Amino acid sequence: MPQYLLSLIQPAGPVPPPEVLDPIMRDVAAVTERMRATGAWVFSAGLHAPETATVVRPADGDFLVTDGPYVEAKEHVGGFTIVEAEDLDAALAWGREVARATTLPVEVRPVANQGV
Amino acid sequence: MPDVRAPDVEAVFRESYGRAVAVLTRLLGDIDAAEEAVQDAFLTAVQRWPADGVPPSPAGWIVTTARNRAIDRLRRESTRADRYRAAALLADDSPPPEEGAVRDDRLRMLFTCCHPALAPAARVALTLRLVGGLSTAEIAHGFLVPEATMAQRLVRAKAKIRDARIPYRVPAEADLPDRLSGVLAVVYLVYAEGHTASAGEGLLRTDLCAEAVRLARELAELMPDEPKVLGLLALVLLSESRRAARVAPDGSLVPLPEQDRWRWDAALVAEGQELVRRCLRRGAPGPYQVQAAIQAVHSDAATAADTDWGQVLTLYDHLLALTPSPVVALNRAVAVVEVHGPAAALALLDALDLPRSHLLPAVRADLLRRLGRRAEAAAAYDAALALAGNATERAFLERRRAEVAGAG
Repeated sequence: MPQYLLSLIQPAGPVPPPEVLDPIMRDVAAVTERMRATGAWVFSAGLHAPETATVVRPADGDFLVTDGPYVEAKEHVGGFTIVEAEDLDAALAWGREVARATTLPVEVRPVANQGV
Repeated sequence: MPDVRAPDVEAVFRESYGRAVAVLTRLLGDIDAAEEAVQDAFLTAVQRWPADGVPPSPAGWIVTTARNRAIDRLRRESTRADRYRAAALLADDSPPPEEGAVRDDRLRMLFTCCHPALAPAARVALTLRLVGGLSTAEIAHGFLVPEATMAQRLVRAKAKIRDARIPYRVPAEADLPDRLSGVLAVVYLVYAEGHTASAGEGLLRTDLCAEAVRLARELAELMPDEPKVLGLLALVLLSESRRAARVAPDGSLVPLPEQDRWRWDAALVAEGQELVRRCLRRGAPGPYQVQAAIQAVHSDAATAADTDWGQVLTLYDHLLALTPSPVVALNRAVAVVEVHGPAAALALLDALDLPRSHLLPAVRADLLRRLGRRAEAAAAYDAALALAGNATERAFLERRRAEVAGAG
């Protein structure tokens, strides 16, 4: 079954207060539960802020470690879900559900090589 | 001796390329492989038909030959999956698909080409290529981009269909209204681009207009019960009926009130008006039906002075309620001029914001000209000229500007 990466596109800035965040997290949990129930769910995770990222890159046979993120941007990937879906329309249906729950844009991208 | 020349094959090509690719895409599950097989079949036709004559059903012959070519090709390929697919294709020993099945395949192809996950420019290009059967060079010419750019656009779009697995199917009932709007928008875009080329020398790119009419006719054939589709077909037919009258012998633009109505295509007018009547009988018309109805009112008038502007304005009120956009409001203002005078319309324009379009200053200039405010009119013509990209439209605006400047 084809897989799709659903990336949550989050604006830079402070984490919303609990009274905003809590109902969102409940909605997200409900979507995840539906994904599990239908067998679509493969994996999902929320990420720490981009400022916590570190970049490792090959340099002259060695590696250079620098403070991240790799790209400074107004928006970043705040979390992601991998789902199994028969085609793009089915994946987009999950994308819509995640976007509705989080009120954030979701990028839906096909996985090219599963488990490589 | 049968006499088959390349033009015979070419005519069949234009008629049946899209149908054949649609059928083969379902059989092969891959657009590129389908196109390759259909092109193989046409090559075979070019070689055989001159000697053997054109077969009784050329389109069916192309589909059958393409299917056989695809089987040959898959057998030659070495992967196990391909050999399995070839066997499956062979096992499907059904006779050439009947019209109903072909219809479904053509609809599937349209909805795939117009999928919202594709960029609008890619949807247009794919539809012209895979449904309309236009060559990459023809599409590139229509949109004034280099052929390599258009080829790249098509390759990328087809790769997205394949890699993201955009489905090859007619959307479910719940999604149909939305998705159908996307398909209609593509056909409308092709017509609009052909009707007033957004850049370049000539006012019309008639190939694109003809293609949009063909696509709209095909869509109406595929979805005969869909009022929106009939509305779009009526709209493009009524616009198309004025093509000859819209451009003067020297290539300049002739605005609607000044057109020689004898040069309108009476057959297209009659067909368009009949469709509008059919749409209106169904009630609850959408934006395309209302736009078509507005054009039908113009088509009804024997001279510009006979135009029932009251009815045009009522229809524009309706259209503005359906699609509250500044462009519609601007067109409505033009009808207001005829019913309530230029001063009333000018007041409406002040509330509009249409940055980067020459239309708003062009209409404002025209109103100021009618009100005899020549200096302000000239300034508004300058503002319109600074934004207009089409050479024919520019010439029209320059002519009008010279009139107000000269008389002042």
